Amino acid sequence: MISVKNLTKRYVNVAAVDNISFEVEDGDIVGLLGPNGAGKTTTMRILTCFMPATEGTATVAGYDVFNDSISVRQKTGYLPENVPLYLDMRVKEYLLFRARLKKIPRKHRRKKMGDCLEMCGITDVQNQIIGTLSKGYKQRVGLADALIHDPEILILDEPTIGLDPNQIIQIRKVIKDLGKKHTILLSTHILPEVEMVCNKVIIINKGKIVAMDTPSNLMNQLKSGSNVVLEIRGDGKKIKDSISRVEGIRSVVWREKGDVNEFTVEAAEGKDLREDIFKCIVKDNYILREMKRKTITLEEIFHQITTRETEEIVNNA
Amino acid sequence: MRNVHSIFLREIRSYFFSPIAYIVISVFLVASGFFFAGNLQFWQEASLKGSLDSIQFFLLLLTPVITMRLLSEEAKSGTIETLMTSPVTDFDVVFGKFLAGLGLYMVMILPTWIFVLFLSIFGNPDFGPIFSSYIGLTLMGGLFVSIGIFVSSLTRNQIVASVIGLISLILLWVMGFLSTYGDNWYYECLRYIGTFDHWESFTKGIVDTRDVIYYLSFTALMLFITVRVVESRKWR
Repeated sequence: MISVKNLTKRYVNVAAVDNISFEVEDGDIVGLLGPNGAGKTTTMRILTCFMPATEGTATVAGYDVFNDSISVRQKTGYLPENVPLYLDMRVKEYLLFRARLKKIPRKHRRKKMGDCLEMCGITDVQNQIIGTLSKGYKQRVGLADALIHDPEILILDEPTIGLDPNQIIQIRKVIKDLGKKHTILLSTHILPEVEMVCNKVIIINKGKIVAMDTPSNLMNQLKSGSNVVLEIRGDGKKIKDSISRVEGIRSVVWREKGDVNEFTVEAAEGKDLREDIFKCIVKDNYILREMKRKTITLEEIFHQITTRETEEIVNNA
Repeated sequence: MRNVHSIFLREIRSYFFSPIAYIVISVFLVASGFFFAGNLQFWQEASLKGSLDSIQFFLLLLTPVITMRLLSEEAKSGTIETLMTSPVTDFDVVFGKFLAGLGLYMVMILPTWIFVLFLSIFGNPDFGPIFSSYIGLTLMGGLFVSIGIFVSSLTRNQIVASVIGLISLILLWVMGFLSTYGDNWYYECLRYIGTFDHWESFTKGIVDTRDVIYYLSFTALMLFITVRVVESRKWR
């Protein structure tokens, strides 16, 4: 559906997007993840034909964004960051105007508008002036606008930013429902959102793609061994030595917590060493008070990837 | 053309949603009515002579107010992004907005026909110069609005757009006066570029194709440049 090849966008001397390539398949919900200023918005603006790339090509729904830009725009629905709307119009008027611009035949316009109003839960504010709506409602008006011409592809730039937790849950639900019929590319810097909504994640940092996979694969791949947290009574130093001898342990961190010791044990390459550790402790007659496994969240992966990247840059410099 | 129409309708509605259309139109009508009465008293003649020059001057002052928001507001509020990512061309947008600006301008000068009505009730005016003057006013409106929309495309700030628009129109007007100070080729150029000289023949009842071409080509040039400026977001 979306195919991006060696895309680069250079502003005067900074590359906002630096030679990125990715594919989005039909029916995917893809999350574009990255810290602020990573190039998410620029990528989306190129895909929606708002601005062309400096180098590289991108095709959306089979059309080139540069040569067939009008066809691309007809096939995509775009919700820009901060949802710009004409604040002096009424919701209904605005959507009808947008429907007209997007070439929906007159006889279908009202029906389409009604469907979108309902899907986004804004039927009861359709006669209000957009400027008087709250942020959450404005967001939904923007989403309704993106949807109104039944686009094959939805491109949503930070769709949940600035919403309250309830509204975020609602919008996510709407997006998930939309994912059944549309291909969606959304950007965000909120990680749980990606875990919940997307079936593919592209992490970009400083204009480059640093990771691209399904959320669960990404977690498996990067969880270079799961961490186990232990609480043991006894002589901390000795315990640490004996645990360290268990095969497959990468590191043991010891922390004294009153009269008990807390250990954080990192195992190598996805091995589950809980049983071995248990045997080792029992063999030496220490008292195990607690053992729990800590799974890595996408949050930690994101942090790892983006900071690793900066460390490399620092080291290279 | 359908997109041009949609954008035209939205802009016209937007003018009347905000107080701006009402303010501009009432200021214009009060001022031009006042000067019409004054001129009539002074010349004691059933013509729009004199009044038309003041009408033209007020149009010059007020069109930048009409055009200031056309593109700068879109840039400032960010709606340019939704607009330009919908299936419309840059030309559709610029031309639709131009027509809306010109539409409001026409709505503004339409009520001045009441002066003509008065003249024909109380006197026997020569309709030739009156019709030609209104043709001239329309053509001039096109030029003023196109200059205004061009200036509006250059900035995100409406105030800046209106001030620079006003300065440009005044310069264009003053150029015509400057040309009377000499008869070199460059004075001749100034005379041709300035609006004053072209406007004058319309008030005399002459519809000269040279003047018509001047207004139309100048308008087209401004619109062409405006489309380029709007496009420039792509390579800036």
